[in-house]
Amino acid sequence: MTLSDAALDRLRAAASAAEGAGDRYEVRGEIARGGMGTVLAAFDRELEREVALKVVSVAGTAGDTRLLREARVLARLEHPGLVPVHDVGTLADGRTFYAMKWVRGSRLDHHFAGEPSIPVRLRTFERICETVAFAHAHGVLHRDLKPENVMVGPFGEVLVIDWGVARIRGGGPDASAAPSTAGGTAHGTVLGTPGYMAPEQARGEVEAVDERADVYALGAILHHLLTDTAPSAEGPASGPRRRNPSVPRPLDSICLKALAAAPGERYASVTALARDVSAFLSARPVAAHRETPLEWVARQAGRYRTPLLLVAVYLAVRAALIFWAR
Amino acid sequence: MTVPSAAKPGGPFPETRYSVLRAAGSPDPEERRQAFAALAEAYWKPAYKYARLRFGLPPADAEDLTQGFFAEALQKAWFERFDPARARFRTYLRTCLDGFASKARASARAQKRGGGAVHLPLDFASAERELRDQAGDAADPEAYFHREWMRALFERALSRLAAQCAAAGREAAFEVFRAHDVDADGAPPSYAALAERFALPVTQVTNHLSAMRRDLRRHLLACLRECCASEEEFRQEAQALLGTPP
Repeated sequence: MTLSDAALDRLRAAASAAEGAGDRYEVRGEIARGGMGTVLAAFDRELEREVALKVVSVAGTAGDTRLLREARVLARLEHPGLVPVHDVGTLADGRTFYAMKWVRGSRLDHHFAGEPSIPVRLRTFERICETVAFAHAHGVLHRDLKPENVMVGPFGEVLVIDWGVARIRGGGPDASAAPSTAGGTAHGTVLGTPGYMAPEQARGEVEAVDERADVYALGAILHHLLTDTAPSAEGPASGPRRRNPSVPRPLDSICLKALAAAPGERYASVTALARDVSAFLSARPVAAHRETPLEWVARQAGRYRTPLLLVAVYLAVRAALIFWAR
Repeated sequence: MTVPSAAKPGGPFPETRYSVLRAAGSPDPEERRQAFAALAEAYWKPAYKYARLRFGLPPADAEDLTQGFFAEALQKAWFERFDPARARFRTYLRTCLDGFASKARASARAQKRGGGAVHLPLDFASAERELRDQAGDAADPEAYFHREWMRALFERALSRLAAQCAAAGREAAFEVFRAHDVDADGAPPSYAALAERFALPVTQVTNHLSAMRRDLRRHLLACLRECCASEEEFRQEAQALLGTPP
């Protein structure tokens, strides 16, 4: 067998890397495929466990940098809502990969098909907000939040995935790697998904993108949870009540505030958004909504339903006794 | 003398055996003969190409020089005298070849060397084809010899891998590997293209490639170990060859 120069170089590289990832992981199938790469189901021979390998599509491209940044972002964030990274490296064919926990569950947009309960959906939304707020507290913006990037496990656990376009504020691993850009993304570059992307992000205003861009995306996810559709990508977003009239007005207001075109009119933080959703769930006043007297009464009735019922029963029994005594 | 068939891929030197070089100094004549044959098999092609490029010899003269060099090496027990403390074996061999060629040219005896005493069945035509296809740099003979030595090493490892796959009924895995890593001119075919060509799932292509590369590395290190005189030399050569410790 005669080897050309190109084949010799290729085999040398392959033999150099073969002892690493190629040796450790046995690929068993494909879990998902995206624009940046593929997620493979694999078996870790050393630790004898199933893992997921996220692998770039083509070696030696910008995808390598993004994948590494994603792995580093995840490695510095430890939270139940984030997938733990086990390993990072290069496959025998030169493609960059990272190994992570194999998440079993379904995408958010698939998970709630046929689930009518708004409170159940909202409690999941609260967990998404908690995870994103945690990342924000550590200086990380996701920048591509959408239902496809949220996994829901069989016990209702929530995982926010795909941090490939995340941005780290204040000298994170990518900032040092690409000092001339913001988080490795040049001004004018549009990263994200239409319908879930804040207007300033859609315009490529990288410097203007902050936590409130993720608030917008969360508002769009909330819209999806309430209507099973994304808000319109064109023009100002409309509230979910337009698509689903059964959505309570306070929830509609929460969604609209999160989806405001101007960042200054949105919630200042994900925590503030989550607080309002939590307030709605416990029938407390919602900051984003100015309620009418009738809504106030309805809310109080909902909030104090049990004591009101007890009082009603007590009064009915008393009335019955008085009537009986006569 | 011919290269014993047992010295060919999968031959008499088990992969666990430390060094052919050690066997070259064995008191057992049969073991010495086999060791010499293995060394000749490993080094004849780099030596021939080196002679062609470094000394500008025409093919016939380079063939004579190569045959003569190995004949004299056997007669004068050059390989047995190698001292691993002073140099790597391939450096030693190249230095011997330089000296031999210099003497041969000075006395105009190159074409007569080895006449009748020892004749190795070497495929010079294939070496000549490779010379035509590969660009060589005569200005840096050390680097050229090193690269040709690497090429010969990989070719031997590949032959062993092919033999191993044939014995284990894993020809399909080897063919996938060959199509991607060996035969491709320029960019190798995509995994999807290979999957279609060999009627396999893409994930199986990944697994075949991974397994073949792992086995190639194993054979490569075994071939390398056979040509090193000490563990230290082996580790240094492996580091230089693969960029990582063995």
